[in-house]
Amino acid sequence: MRRSRVPGRVLQALVAVFLYAPILVLIFFSFNSDKSRVSFKGFTLDWYKRLFENEQVLSALSLTLILALLSALIATVIGTVSAVGIYNMKKRPRKILLALNNVPVVNPDIITGVSLMLVFVLFVTFLRSLGVGAGLGFTTLLIAHVTFNIPYVILSVLPKLRQLNKNTYEAALDLGANPLRAYMRVILPEIMPGVVSGAIIAFTMSIDDFLISYFTTGTSVQTLPMRIYSMTRKRVSPEINALSTLMFVTVLALLIIINILQARDQKKKERRL
Amino acid sequence: MKKRGGLLAAPYTVWMALFTVIPMLLVVYFAFTGEDGRFTFGNFSQLLGYGAVFGRSFWLAALATVVCLAVGYPLAYAMSRETGAVRNTAMLLLMLPMWINILLRTYAWMSILENKGLLNQLLSFLRLPPVRIINTPAAVALGMVYNYLPFMVLPILTVIQKIDGSVIEAAQDLGGSQFTVFKRVILPLSLPGVLSGVTMVFVPGVSTFIISQLLGGGKSMMLGDLIEMQFLGSTYNPYLGSAISLVMMVIVLISMAVMNRFGEGEEEVMVL
Repeated sequence: MRRSRVPGRVLQALVAVFLYAPILVLIFFSFNSDKSRVSFKGFTLDWYKRLFENEQVLSALSLTLILALLSALIATVIGTVSAVGIYNMKKRPRKILLALNNVPVVNPDIITGVSLMLVFVLFVTFLRSLGVGAGLGFTTLLIAHVTFNIPYVILSVLPKLRQLNKNTYEAALDLGANPLRAYMRVILPEIMPGVVSGAIIAFTMSIDDFLISYFTTGTSVQTLPMRIYSMTRKRVSPEINALSTLMFVTVLALLIIINILQARDQKKKERRL
Repeated sequence: MKKRGGLLAAPYTVWMALFTVIPMLLVVYFAFTGEDGRFTFGNFSQLLGYGAVFGRSFWLAALATVVCLAVGYPLAYAMSRETGAVRNTAMLLLMLPMWINILLRTYAWMSILENKGLLNQLLSFLRLPPVRIINTPAAVALGMVYNYLPFMVLPILTVIQKIDGSVIEAAQDLGGSQFTVFKRVILPLSLPGVLSGVTMVFVPGVSTFIISQLLGGGKSMMLGDLIEMQFLGSTYNPYLGSAISLVMMVIVLISMAVMNRFGEGEEEVMVL
């Protein structure tokens, strides 16, 4: 340790201030009794009360959660099954599928959004010409979310498949299991960590998405980020501060819990060794 | 078994055809179609009129990328030298804001940067002249740096951490000074991380419309705003919008290709 750690620590501290000052400002002003975003007049919990009485926010929140759960569930099932399929493919088709799979990951969200919108609009016009009443809404939103979620599930399951010991699967077959049973009892437990982390990524991506939802929903269906967007357009709405604070606290609590669980897991493993 | 297992991907292949391939083809089709439904290059010649928007998007995204790199690389390096609780805390602190919606993170800066906002209150308290930054391109660039800095730090940090410690020791044993070891060993080995960080900042930066809407006040229009206007704005014109999207896609493809050439194309997805 010849070199001093001080410059590195100073830099880390400065970046931490840069990253957290705005968030702390939001939290601070969520308790401001005045509508102002710049001067603090007194303590209040009014904005939280108003937030919980805000029908639009509440329905947007429940829609977001339902959408995230459903799309993560569908994407996890399709993604896991497809990952097994892709893993078993020959090299060329596998490469093509993986390249296509990467498209929604690398494309800017806005392009994924508008391109899906073009398809949905075309489809809706087609249905209407058949006399079926249709429009952009929850269904298109769900399709869009599943579409951008599946790639993440596949990308987190595939590495687990590659780490598999192929012999266990063949042993299961030799012992008389049919392929389906062998997959469920031997392969699935092995790749489970990948499946779970894929599902978690899908769920959070879905909750967090604004741009793709913005382009693929109709006028009546609003997710929470879309609700937030229209609130920021109104400039002064301290309820956003309250909402941000609640979200920040939730995320912080979740991350701390995950960290503690991981640390405990690590200790258990060490003890076993 | 190989062949039969492959069929499991069939449903997803259909899904991708419908919702990945066809949408992309539609963008290409619309980009070359006029409002009369005929083939045309007209949308692209119209794009020339938006040179300023293209220029601004590139310039701001590039500026934000350079700033992120200038701050992010030393930061990643500093973090890689930490151990134990300090490193865990630093990682947590870096990633926590990424879990908060970008709209909220950007909104937070609105009240700070306002003309009578907290930044100017602080400046006047320090007896410094106020700055007018909200609704300027500078505010947009700042917003990008704030939102995308972790995207620069994480890939660099991952790559630096993977560097074999014995390689560094060997360089030191062979008489390399701290600086030489950094320049000749660590820096070249961390280049893939840098390239991936640069793409991860530049691509969302060049296509953003949230940050320019909230912090640019609609005055410094960027490519994202332009696309949004064509599809959801008052001037509904998906043909022009598709042409802009197509150009943006080509830009992204080029920057991905450049990155893949230098770094090894990794298929891993970054968790957390």
